[in-house]
This record gives sequence, structure tokens and C-alpha cells, in this order.
Amino acid sequence: MHAGQSPDSATGARAVPIHQTASFVFPDTDHAASLFNLERAGHVYSRLSNPTVSVLEERMAALDNGAAAIATASGQAALHLAIATLMGSGGHIVASSALYGGSHNLLHYTLSRFGISTTFVSPRDIDAWRAAIRPETRLLFGETVGNPGLDVLDVPTVAALAHEHGLPLLVDATLTTPCLSRPIDQGADLVLHSATKFLSGHGVVIGGVLVDGGTFDWDASGKFPALTEPYDGFHGMVFSEESTVGAFALRARREGLRDFGACMAPMTAFQILQGIETLHLRMPRHVSSARTIAQFLSTHAAVASVCHPDLGSHPDHALAKRLLPNGSGGVLSFELKGSREVARQAGRKFIEKLSLFSHLANIGDAKSLVIHPASTTHFRMDATALQAAGIGEGTIRLSIGLEHPDDLIEDLSRALHASQK
Amino acid sequence: MKFLVQNQPCYAYTGGKPYDAGNPALVFIHGAANDHSVWHLQSRYFAHHGWNVLAIDLPGHGRSAGQPRASIREYSQWLIAFLDNANIRRAALVGHSMGSLIALDTALVAPDRVTSMVLIGASTPMPVSDTLLAAAKDNTASAIEMLVAWGHGPRARLGASTVPGASLTGTYRRLLERAHAGVLHADLAACNAYAVAPDALAGLRTPALILAGDRDQMTPSKASAGLAKQLSHSALVTLPGAGHGMMYEDPDRTTDAMLTFLKRTLG
Repeated sequence: MHAGQSPDSATGARAVPIHQTASFVFPDTDHAASLFNLERAGHVYSRLSNPTVSVLEERMAALDNGAAAIATASGQAALHLAIATLMGSGGHIVASSALYGGSHNLLHYTLSRFGISTTFVSPRDIDAWRAAIRPETRLLFGETVGNPGLDVLDVPTVAALAHEHGLPLLVDATLTTPCLSRPIDQGADLVLHSATKFLSGHGVVIGGVLVDGGTFDWDASGKFPALTEPYDGFHGMVFSEESTVGAFALRARREGLRDFGACMAPMTAFQILQGIETLHLRMPRHVSSARTIAQFLSTHAAVASVCHPDLGSHPDHALAKRLLPNGSGGVLSFELKGSREVARQAGRKFIEKLSLFSHLANIGDAKSLVIHPASTTHFRMDATALQAAGIGEGTIRLSIGLEHPDDLIEDLSRALHASQK
Repeated sequence: MKFLVQNQPCYAYTGGKPYDAGNPALVFIHGAANDHSVWHLQSRYFAHHGWNVLAIDLPGHGRSAGQPRASIREYSQWLIAFLDNANIRRAALVGHSMGSLIALDTALVAPDRVTSMVLIGASTPMPVSDTLLAAAKDNTASAIEMLVAWGHGPRARLGASTVPGASLTGTYRRLLERAHAGVLHADLAACNAYAVAPDALAGLRTPALILAGDRDQMTPSKASAGLAKQLSHSALVTLPGAGHGMMYEDPDRTTDAMLTFLKRTLG
């Protein structure tokens, strides 16, 4: 609620002021040079940093128990920034196969064009994680709760494996937020969020956050010269000498934001901050309603299966109870009964008959959302990759909003009934 | 930059500029279980403004090998050996917390080696609570949380770091977590045990700047003011709203106060 901001000393403003400015005036030429050269702290240009955005960054660092954070133009930009800071051409990533479709696109299709390859492994198969690590591997990556298969990542186990090999673990915690999970406390080194989702809760902005836990020893690893050897792009700065615990965030800002430029707008940061103020109130409601609806669906005659880690039937239920004691979030998926084609047709009817659930490509809104992943968010994945991600032809994903759960169940009942006609 | 001191390799950050013996030496000394990175802004600033900066990692800390020393006197003897090894005849010393005691003791032991000193978060004595000492001895996380809570002013605890995106308390917590087992307790015990006779302080002619934070709970500003009174050639600057970590809680005011003082003492 408070981290990252003191009431504005100039005006007394209690709310975080929106510093809608591209640049910041230098008091004198020496001060200007000192800011550029990291001799003094402050803001130069809003691509590198901005006071409003910095409040969000510091608040997220505090919420995730990290050392520093960087806000980005989107969750995808946060993932790209993490990868581009850690490796270049020739680098390799071991990633969970149960990823958001956009992350899968970036890793599988786009980064391979730039010489960075990825091996996808089942998030539950620790032996597969181990077997996929190569000498050129530079990162392990997964989601706290996968999307849309709701696979729970065993963060402590995968983190221990990563550290055995001198590698960091990056975790996408979009579905859980710091309210339900703090991966850094469980051993992860870096955390990213699509702030568009539950952090905001209002579905009005696109944004991302990358948190540096400050836990990883880049020098001891010896695999990250970008952080431990002189960087010609900043007067020979050795980031791990400059900042013992914040080397990653320093390079990501001083190179990644500077050169790739996927920064967050101040107004966006302000709107995400408004959402975060109620995060701790909203997430329990998302969780309780998702549990209620998962129970409802699991007993419905038209439903073949329901996927939510808080259900005893989910393969990760025990893990979820251990790692996510406050709940696994507000997203669930389910399969309609019938053959592949029947289920697909029924799914189409179901979605079109819903009235409270909005059919769109997003999650984490205050309003309930629905989508058919195989034809939308994950449509670029082939059948094998879809199966690996736990997505069937008839899989329907729901993001449970803040409406009264009785109203949502009534809406679902009507649409399920219509889907069977 | 690496040195060999008392037969152990040690590290000093030079502020982003090469070691330059032609410039006046400015040696930064960190506090308990910290390392050179607490000075990242001031070390870069002064290195780029005509000083030969050496922000050291004390033995057993950060990138320096060896064991932490058992007393402030042993640390000051180590520091004199460091100056010898670095071919520095005289230096201005900047110390924070435990580092301020090391700077002060070095000036008492070898006044001809110290041109001036900046003592940040300083007091003599520097008592450490039994609760904190006991927690540090057991290497418990609670010792770190006590230092996070007591080591920052209210503004810093809530955030509002001047370094964009950095959490002051998060960074400090991680730095303490990186310290080797036993280092925090050894350092706190050394601070707690250090004593200096009032007449020794009164007789010290080394110019000193005492920087105090008016919300400092570790070395309260009254105690810093008391030290300033005992030193015959001292100036006291109190930073409003700052806690114990002035150089990162209020880096610009810290740099500016140092700059004014060091220019004067250099002249």
C-alpha cells in the first residue's frame, strides 16, 4: 500500500503523482553528467526511469521481497528483457511446456531467429528439467501456475536444480501475484508479472514487471559475462562489482531499457498502482469464487473434467496446498463432454450463450472472462505442443472475476444447458 | 582492484576510474557485514571529481578473503597495512557505522596517515543491544530483520529510494544475507566492545565531518552530536528524515556535505 512512495514533498499530494514528462531538467551541467554516469541518483529520461513508474517498481520489489524491479511496456517485454540481459546468440533456456501462449511464441519461434534456443519440458518432470540442461543453458523458466493447464511449478525443487548448475530460475507469477505466492522466498531468483492481469485488476492497461531477487551470485556462477565483465557500452562498468546484489537489475535498466526501449508509461504505472492498492482484497475473492465455480462445474453433467489446483482431483493439488496455501488463483479450465468435434461445437455454443462472462483474450479482470485457448491464445501451437501444455480441442478457460459467484453460476448453468442442445 | 594485505587478497572498488596515485586518496570503509557497494554513488562521484577512490571490502567481507577481525583496533591495523600496500601515504577516510569507528581509530593510531575523516552514523561508544547480538550469534534471520528495521529511517523503510526501481530495505537485506557465517556477529561485537578515552578524542587534530541522521535508531543523532563535541576539529551535519544509512537514504545530501568538507580540508 505504501512501499515506494512518500507523500509528495512539493505539493503534499497523498496519491502517487503522475509525472507525465519525457525528460527532467538538470540543475547544472555537473549534476547532469553525474546523473548520466551513475554518480548521483535520479531521473534523466522516462525511457530509463520515471518517478511514477519508480513507485510501482519499488512497490513490486517490496511485495515480491526482491532487491529491485523494472516496469516494462508489457509482460512480454519483461520476459524479453530478462532473457536479453542474461544471454545472447548461442544461449539456451529450459522452460516449462505449460506456458502462456505468447511466452511460447517468443521462446519457440522468435528467439530462435536470434540464436537463442529453448527446450520445453513438463513442469512436473524434474528429471526432464535436469536432462535438458546443457553447457550453454543460461536460464530455467516456468510459471507459478501454468496457463491454461494450471500446472503448479515446484519452485523450490526447480530452483535447487538451477542453482546446482549455476543457473538462475525465472518465474512468471502473473496468475498468483505476490498475494498468493512469493517465488523469491521459495528459491527463484527473478520474477516477472504481466501487470495487465490481477495486479491491475481493471483490464485497462498493458504492462509488465521484472523483479530482481538479488539472491543470485553471478560471479560464483561464472556463466554471465554480461554481468561480471567490463561492459564497453557503459565505460567498462562491471555490474556485479558496481552493485553486489542488484547487478541484474542495473544492467537490465542501463542496457535493456536504454537500448530496447520497452518502458512503461507513467499513466500506466499510476493505473496499475491503483489496482495494487486493492490486490489483497481482490485476490481472496477471486480464489473463493474460483473454488466455488470449480466445485459447481465438477459435478455438472455436461462437464467431462475441471482443472484447478485447489480441487483434490488436480495432479498438483498436494503441491498447491504446500506452495500456495492461500489459493491457486482465479483461473480455471474445463472440458465439455463428447468427442473432439462434439466438444468443440459444444464449446462454441457455450461461449456464445454466456452473458456475464466476456469472451476475450485476457485474464485477471474484475469482470469474468472466457476463452477457447486452442483457437485463440495458443492457436500457433501444434497438436503435440497443445497436449504438452494441457490444452484440448474442447478446453475452455475461465478467469473468475469479482461478481457474485451465484450470478456467475447462473450464467454458466444457462450456457452449459444451451451447449448440450 | 585487488591488493594483498596481511597475506590475504582484498578488493577495493575504484569508483569506475583507474587507480591514480596522482590524485588525493579517499578510502571508503563500510559497516558491519556490508561491502563496498553501499558507497556506489559516492565512490563513483568522487572518483570522477579528482579523487583516487578506494572503496574497500574489509577482510572476510564481499570480495575480500580472510576472516573478520575481532576488534576495531585489529581492523584499523589492517587498514594501515592496506594503505601501505596501496602505496598511499595519507588518505581521507570515510566510514559508515563500524567503518566510522575504524576510521576514527586509524586516526588515533596513525594520525599522520589520515588527512581528514567523514564519520557517518557514528558514535563512541557504539553499544549494540543484547537482543541483536544474541540473534546475530545464532545467525538468525531475525538479526537481519532487526537491522533492516532499525537501520533505516521511516522514509527509507517505506521506500521512495532515489535509485530508480531499487528497494533500499530489499537491497540491504540481501547484502546482509550474503555475509559469511559469523561475520555479522563478529562485527557487531567489535562495535559494542570499542572504547576510546575522552582525552584521546579531545587530543585528535584530524579534521572530521560527522554526518548524523535525525531518525537514526542505531547511532542516534544525539550520540553523533556528542562525538562531534568531543572532537576538537569537527563539524556536524544532521540530515533531516535520514536513518542510519545516510549514504543511500539521502545520497545527494551526503555527497554534498562530503564535498564541502573535503574541499575545505584539501585546501
